Formats: sequence, structure tokens, C-alpha cells
Amino acid sequence: MLPLAGLLITAPWSTLPQRLTEPGVLTALRLSLLTASLATVVCLLLGVPLAWLLARTTFPGRRLVRALVTVPLVLPPVVGGVALLLVFGRRGLLGGWLEATFGVTLPFTTAGVVVAEAFVAMPFLVISVEGALRAADARYEEAAATLGAGRWTVFRRVTLPLIAPGVAAGAVLCWARALGEFGATITFAGNFPGRTQTMPLAVYLALEQDLDAAIVLSLVLLAVSVLILAGLRDRWLGTS
Amino acid sequence: MSLDAHLVVRRPGFTLDAALRAEPGEVVALLGPNGAGKTTALRALAGLVALDDGHIRLHDRALDEGSRRFTPPEHRRIGVVFQDYLLFPHLSAVDNVAFGPRCRGLSRAESRQRASDLLDRVGLAEHARKKPRQLSGGQAQRVALARALATEPQLLLLDEPLAALDARTRLDTRAHLRGHLAAHAGPTVLVTHDPLDAMMLADRLVILEDGRVVQTGDAASVTSRPRTDYVARLVGLNLYRGRAEGTQVRVGDGFTLTTATPHTGEVFVAFAPAAVALYAVRPEGSPRNTWPATVTAVARHGDALRIELAGPIAVAADVTPAAAVHLGLEPGREVWASLKATEATAYPA
Repeated sequence: MLPLAGLLITAPWSTLPQRLTEPGVLTALRLSLLTASLATVVCLLLGVPLAWLLARTTFPGRRLVRALVTVPLVLPPVVGGVALLLVFGRRGLLGGWLEATFGVTLPFTTAGVVVAEAFVAMPFLVISVEGALRAADARYEEAAATLGAGRWTVFRRVTLPLIAPGVAAGAVLCWARALGEFGATITFAGNFPGRTQTMPLAVYLALEQDLDAAIVLSLVLLAVSVLILAGLRDRWLGTS
Repeated sequence: MSLDAHLVVRRPGFTLDAALRAEPGEVVALLGPNGAGKTTALRALAGLVALDDGHIRLHDRALDEGSRRFTPPEHRRIGVVFQDYLLFPHLSAVDNVAFGPRCRGLSRAESRQRASDLLDRVGLAEHARKKPRQLSGGQAQRVALARALATEPQLLLLDEPLAALDARTRLDTRAHLRGHLAAHAGPTVLVTHDPLDAMMLADRLVILEDGRVVQTGDAASVTSRPRTDYVARLVGLNLYRGRAEGTQVRVGDGFTLTTATPHTGEVFVAFAPAAVALYAVRPEGSPRNTWPATVTAVARHGDALRIELAGPIAVAADVTPAAAVHLGLEPGREVWASLKATEATAYPA
């Protein structure tokens, strides 16, 4: 709590309103919220089916896949960014092919920010959803099957509602992690205002030029995180 | 719409190998101790466990033929009432019942209509909007039954349908369930370890022990002529296996019981604990079996006392509390046991 208190005490409260309305702050904030949300959507789309595979099926190499999923948790984000560059960079394993085939370049673009954040935040979602799936009674799914529901219907109408609290919790953690992502983002997507400069990058940049600005940006980031987490807690986690 | 099944499921240390037939409208109870394979048999019928061998034919349609054919549960048209009902906790009672019809391609409105009708039929119309956790055990059981019936199954399966209920609710629910089973046109297979449930609900009993069918028959024949110790205990009879020569049946070490009807060869001899009389001294006269015995245990059994006796054969005897006091029955006491020949039934093994 002490560092947070320090942030609040040293904040330049008198010039706060004026600093907050600086265009750079709002741009970075908007970009952060947008990319973190998109990254969460990406994680949901990829992570929920992956968690289902890990929890409900057996296939060769399942243990290895689970281990790989959790790697970004322990990997220094900067290393993750370098790895992403090696794969999706202009001369990376897939980057050249992506550019030639679809005309898509990821590094140093907003899409690249989303990829970097999703990469780092994915384990939070997968672990949370897999845990929820394991805790959910699979016999409900059997009951649904005897009533004539195919796999997809079972998943949509029975499994997903049963694990909704777990998915929500995972998504919140995932979003929070994506919002604060720094290392992988700056390595893979760079630091271009308006395009790839998210709040954490802006804080870091400001720190070198103007301490007060950095504090203000940090406060904003702190406030947004707390507000949204508190709001989601009441709406999603509180009811379960 | 008849069921013809030979269920073979192999697991490490356990093999289920049971033949099962049920005619349209017939209720068959699979009765057996815990671990006998009853639930595995039910899951195999439902398609939740694949057969390793054998077959399941319903209405002349092969559903499972070991490795050659397997129809997944969602294509079987089999309704299952699970032991703890497994009502979907996030859906209301009516939506639980409507789930099946909806999956079978009915529109939302049609499904709801059918679900409402069914809930009405099981007497729960006013509870339709409630979530499962707001329902009592008996109500949840009825919703589970309605949900299973909503898909108009060709075969109805019930796994310990009354086990989760308290004694009072059980009585009501059993009578209620009986009515609905009678109304179901297809065959019904129910699994239970409670002989009373089995006899009250089923037309025919199939006794399963250690994965095998050990006895089948209606309630009357199973209760009067048990063929295994488990069934004998279940229906409360003393049971011995022996060799008959006329009315003399040799059971165990040189001990012979006299029975009413003559037989030849391997037979079972069964008699009720109440048919055994106990005396302080050896009784005289009349065609009786008498033997010396030692009391090993005394326990309350309904209005009587159940006395466990050791001796040439292990026997349970029921005596009145007054007689027990009079004879001073307590563990270690030596008495004479007596059994009229007419009370001992012999039948071929």
C-alpha cells in the first residue's frame, strides 16, 4: 500500500485538471482501454476453447501444451516481445508470409499492441477457465447429451453458463494484466504516440522528462483499474 | 419398442456382463449391492459408457455393438433420471424440462408449451419459474422425471430415483412415480439398491452381483426363492445350499435339514427367521429339525428380536422380547433351535 500512498501524496493536485486534459493523456488512455479490451476478446476467443481442450479432452502432448500456456506467466515480458518479433517481425518466421499473403504487418502497429498484450495476458484466462471447467460437474454435460444436445449445444447452453463466473474472473484478470502490459508491448510494438503508446509506456516516457506528468498518468491508470475492477466485481463476481 | 441388451463393460478389476430384456411398458429393476455394476449398466444403456462387447437393441435398432457400432447419447432417444437429478442450476424448472424438446428441434414456444404441460402433469405447474435450488427434493425429482419424459423417450432409465429423498417424501414420490411409469409406453429400467423400491415400482427384478445377473423374476418368486446370500439377506430369509435325497437335505458338515417336499440333487433351502423356535432344553416329538446353537448376537428387528445363532449352521431367528427374557438370551447362551419341516422350502439350485 505504501507505494500507492506515495503516489497519492506526491501528486500535483493543483495542476491536475489541466494536466489531465492534455491531449496526450487522453489519447494514451483511449488506446490503452481499446487495446486491453481487444486483447481480452482475443484471449476469450482463443483461450476458452483451449481451456476446454485442456480440461475435457485427452490428446498426446496435453501436459506440454498446458506447460507452454503458462510460460508467459514466468517469462520476462521483454523476452516475450523479442520472441514475438522473431515470429511476426518483417523477417520473422511468419511475418514475411503474413505481409505477402494478407498485407498484414503486426510489429509497431496498434494490432501489434493487442497481440503483445494478449500473449502476456492469455495464461490468466486459460488457467482461470480451466479451473472452472474442472470444478464444474461434467455430469451436467452428460445429462444434456441424454436430452439430445450435441457437443456445441452442450457447451453453449450448459457448460458456459456453469463456468460463467470463472470466465468472468479470468477475463477481468486478463484485462487488468493487458492494461498494465509494458515490456512485451514496447519491444514488439514500439512507443509511437496515438498508435502504440499505451498508458504504461506514456508513464515511462514521462518519467524521463516530467515527474509530475508521470505521477498524473500513473494516477489515471490506478483510478481506471480500481474503478473498472470494482465495477466488474459487483456485477459479475458478486452475484455468483 | 422392446429392449434387448447384452452389456459387457470391462474395467480394471471389474467386468460387467449382464443380459437384460424389457418389453414395452414393462418396468425392470436392476437390484444389487453397491459396486455390483448397476450404474455402469445404466450408463451403458444411455450411451455414456461404450460397450466393450455385446449389444444394445432398442425397437430393433442397434445402438451399440461393441467396437462395430456406437450411437452417442444425443441420438439415442433415451430418457434418464439421474440419481441426484442433475437439473441445470442456471435454468428454471420449465426451462430444464424444455431443454430436451428444444434440442430435438422443436421451436422455443412449442418446447415451453410441452414443458408446461409436463410440469402440470407432475403437479408442479406453480413451481415452473423456480430455479432447481429453490425446489425441495421431491419436487426436483418430479422435474427430473418431467425433463426425461419431455423428449418422448423410447426407453426410460432411472438411477436410484428415490435414494436422495427422506422417508416421508419417499413414500409420496414412490406412489407418484409408479403412476408415471405405468403411463410410459416404452420399457423402463430402474436401478436401485432398495428392495422395497424395486418391488413396489418394477414388474420384474434383475439381481446383479459383481457384474453378473444372479437371479431374475417377479417380486413374489425372488422373495420366496432367493438364490444368493445377498438376495436372502435382502428379503430376510435364511438360505442354505445342499444336496437333497428325498426330504433330507445335507447342508454343510454332516448336518441334515428335513424339508416338506422331496427333491433330488443340488437344492436351496430357505426359511424365515420367525419359523425358528428356541428352547432351553431339547424339544421332543413331531417332525422337526432340532440342533444345539449358541447365541452370537441379539438385535432389535421391528417388534421382535433378531437372534444370530452359531452351530452346525449359522441361523437368524426372530423371537418375542418376552421369550428372549424367559430364555435369558444373550451372546454366549446355549440353546436348542427347532424348525418345522413344513416351514423349510426346498427348490432346485
